[in-house]
Amino acid sequence: MEGAVTVGVAAPSPSIRGRRAAMAEPAVRFLGVHRHFGEVRAVDGVDLEIAPGEFFSMLGPSGSGKTTCLRLIAGFEEPDAGEIHLLGRPMRGVPPYERRVNTVFQDYALFPHMNVLDNVGFGLRVKRVPRAERIRKAEAALALVKLAGLEDRRPAQLSGGQRQRVALARALVNEPEVLLLDEPLGALDLKLRQEMQSELKGLQRELGITFVYVTHDQEEALGMSDRVAVFNRGRIEQIGTPPEIYEHPRTAFVAGFVGISNIVDAEAAVRFTGERRPFSLRPERILLDPPAGAVDIETRGRITDIQYHGASTRLRLVLSDGLELVVERPNTEGTDGALAPGREIRLGWRRDAMRPLRETGR
Amino acid sequence: MSTATSAFPLATPGAGRLRRLSTFLWRHSRLFTLLLLLPPLLWLGIVYLGSLLALLAHSFFRLDSFTGQIVYEFTLATWYELLSQPANLDIIRRTAGMAAAVTLACGLIGFPIAYYAARFSTPRGKALFYLGVMLPLWSSYLVRVYAWKLILAKEGVISWAAERTGTSWLLDALLSLPVVGGPSLSISYIGMFLVFTYIWLPYMILPTQAALERVPPSLLEAAADCGARPRQTFRYVVLPLAFPGIVAGSIFTFSLTLGDYIIPYIIGTSKLFLGQAVYIHQGTAGNVPLAAAFSVVPIVIMAVYLAVARRLGAFDAL
Repeated sequence: MEGAVTVGVAAPSPSIRGRRAAMAEPAVRFLGVHRHFGEVRAVDGVDLEIAPGEFFSMLGPSGSGKTTCLRLIAGFEEPDAGEIHLLGRPMRGVPPYERRVNTVFQDYALFPHMNVLDNVGFGLRVKRVPRAERIRKAEAALALVKLAGLEDRRPAQLSGGQRQRVALARALVNEPEVLLLDEPLGALDLKLRQEMQSELKGLQRELGITFVYVTHDQEEALGMSDRVAVFNRGRIEQIGTPPEIYEHPRTAFVAGFVGISNIVDAEAAVRFTGERRPFSLRPERILLDPPAGAVDIETRGRITDIQYHGASTRLRLVLSDGLELVVERPNTEGTDGALAPGREIRLGWRRDAMRPLRETGR
Repeated sequence: MSTATSAFPLATPGAGRLRRLSTFLWRHSRLFTLLLLLPPLLWLGIVYLGSLLALLAHSFFRLDSFTGQIVYEFTLATWYELLSQPANLDIIRRTAGMAAAVTLACGLIGFPIAYYAARFSTPRGKALFYLGVMLPLWSSYLVRVYAWKLILAKEGVISWAAERTGTSWLLDALLSLPVVGGPSLSISYIGMFLVFTYIWLPYMILPTQAALERVPPSLLEAAADCGARPRQTFRYVVLPLAFPGIVAGSIFTFSLTLGDYIIPYIIGTSKLFLGQAVYIHQGTAGNVPLAAAFSVVPIVIMAVYLAVARRLGAFDAL
């Protein structure tokens, strides 16, 4: 079955996108986009298409070019080469204030000298929307992000989570075609972040706006997105749905950056696959003391380290040939006192758990 | 006696006392802060405010015109003298008008320079900017004013340049203007205005630049992102956030012009300015009460000025 899943296709499958997928033009299209800052190739040849109504995440470590891509869409940067189209219209030379996109900034960038209502109504004010309508729309946007009642506060009087919501309302009030979010939850604590994640996802579903979401947090990207693009050194390593990205990483970088992975190099791989090709093996796919028939490949290893993580226990094992593997074991039956460093143990996995990786070579 | 300290065999009795003192100060941190602040507070209170209040008090005494002695009893006679004589009111009006004109000019010239330095210059350019703005402040005020006297004089470089370029008629037309003109630039309000603007310009540029520097670039992007054209971003975001800095600069240029007596003395007509009036009444005429009353005038003008600035929201973004 899994062999049928196509990996890294730029065009989204229509079932995910729903009714808006019928529209011909993608919301965002990058055609061979380059953006260099001196010697640094921040964006080094990016092609992608984002469908209308899609929740699209750009995932990568800092300096991988994801934020620059977002700024290119917003119009704060111009590509050195290549083209960016928004809803089929080329954007070269179009300034930010003439693009139907809005940004939620990482530092929120709220206007400190305006109260919450004026902050949210700013986009309408500069478009000369009559005062009464402006206030009505701003209040509606604030209600949407659950901030009604704080209209008169200054940004300095708000908590981080509230500022985040004001920034969101200020962007949404302009009814953008595409909403750009630059690590919007980065400054919030874990609980709040999880709350905002589901709220953002809900908002996106409700409003049907295309979301382009930049993050370095792979859990966030996997949990919220329709599709994820994994960035590395100014290029896209892989584009796909979260399960595709997680379960079928195409490169060692993707396998290592998205979740934890045992990356077995070509040399060591021969023994398991009969092929000189590196593969990735997720720690939770390795079973300890597997019952007969549950696994295709069986071997023995010695436990060198144990980390208790609450819901699961993470073990480090070394095989007889020196290969090191990380194993994630769910604590479904409570902690097992029998597992201790130094102990020899049987382990195994199914053949399809080994995902061949493209030889890295740039 | 030694039994009390025996628990700390390393502490000598002297060190123990010091330690106790520092522990005491650590526990009473407010007291410690007070002790540290006391000397500067005394200086500020007695030397600064005290002398100012003494001056204020003098304006409520009067000078006995027969004996030339100060009569130390409360009276409003001095204030009446100040405000009833048209010549005195002229001095106040003239000075305030000049201060306002100089402040406006400094703002108009200073803002673009400050904006460029804060937004667009490289670190190296910024260093050059600071040097350029501060350099004149390092040389003597008098030297610079006298230099301007030479520049503006009838035989000076401006007249010479006007003659050479055939624009003498323009200079003559400027000088023949009523009130602000005069026999030469160095004896006219135009000349005085130029020198004041030159001398106080750094005091406008530096606070303005500091305020602009504190406006995060992301705010400008956020404004553009919301659809604001550059002009609107300037009007609704940059200007309001720079306003406190501009007001701070204008407080400098305005009050420095109000109080200066050297520039009106060197470059200007025989008509008095506030500072000169204070100087003459205090020094030549020995009329300390009237001089005191005169010097309260700029303080009152500044208080009104700040109140207006506050009403305009100058300090909202602080």
